[in-house]
Amino acid sequence: MTGVWVTVAALALATAALKLAGPLLLGGRRLPAAALSVVEQLASALLAALVVVETFGKGRSLTLDARALGVGFAAVLLARRAPMTVAVIGAAAVAAIARAIT
Amino acid sequence: MRPARPSDDPGPARERGQAGIRRGVPFGIAVFVIAISFGVLARPVMGTLAPIVMSIVVFSGAAQFGALAVLSAGGGTGAAIAAGVLLNARYLAMGLALAPSLRGRPLSRAGVALTTADASWAAASVGDGMFDPWYMVGASIPQYAGWVLGTVIGVFAGGAIGDPRALGLDALFPAFFVALLFAEVRSPRKRVAAGGGAGIALALTPLLPAGLPILAAATAAVAASRLRS
Repeated sequence: MTGVWVTVAALALATAALKLAGPLLLGGRRLPAAALSVVEQLASALLAALVVVETFGKGRSLTLDARALGVGFAAVLLARRAPMTVAVIGAAAVAAIARAIT
Repeated sequence: MRPARPSDDPGPARERGQAGIRRGVPFGIAVFVIAISFGVLARPVMGTLAPIVMSIVVFSGAAQFGALAVLSAGGGTGAAIAAGVLLNARYLAMGLALAPSLRGRPLSRAGVALTTADASWAAASVGDGMFDPWYMVGASIPQYAGWVLGTVIGVFAGGAIGDPRALGLDALFPAFFVALLFAEVRSPRKRVAAGGGAGIALALTPLLPAGLPILAAATAAVAASRLRS
């Protein structure tokens, strides 16, 4: 159990440090225009990466399973302008149904 | 009523924060459901108290699910920490992005920076690489409440909920990020960044430890920023 608590403490400190590093290093200085343009695109790149890793990742391998089917359904709902909560719950429902019938 | 948009107009912090809170409510609901799945999955591996404390002090789905996956697979403490840190390495980039928008004393800037969460950070963007800090703080409040409360419920109701996979709970977390992505990709450049980031992360997942493929995806933002609009 000690290992669990060490993990919790280390991740709390590391996450805080990662969030604070940028503001501490940069202070209130403004980034150059080229860097601001990169920042503008950053959320799209990072969110898309998180999506594919959490949808298809299984350790260090990739897999296509009920989870991916659920996430795909959420994407269809969102493309049809469904609210976030509906899409998220819909993803779980489709994944659950797919697992129940296979 | 649609929630007010974030703004780079330095209006009263309280109003910006309240607008952020309203924007954050749907995030909070989604995160609440995801946190239940975290609590359910974490309890057999981490016990009762540790998952709850983790949600209070770490407040990060990616790092918590990542570390839990390592611990569940019987991996060591060091590997669990490394996975969590790497999955959160994107906060370094997000913090650098946020820094020029922060105002006030160092302590206040640090306090605002600590409330950074994916959904509220993305929602607080006002364009041209700038952010509305108090809007972000507000949007993080419902998420924090939902994350901690959901974890408590998941830990204690886990037995009644049953097998989280049979309920499709593992699809909740990526679906939440798909929703954030849909709200974000409003320009051709951003769609290029998203496509590139997804491709890089997919290609590198079999090759690198968890988290690094996500960090490497940031290079897609560099490439997309060079495109002529």
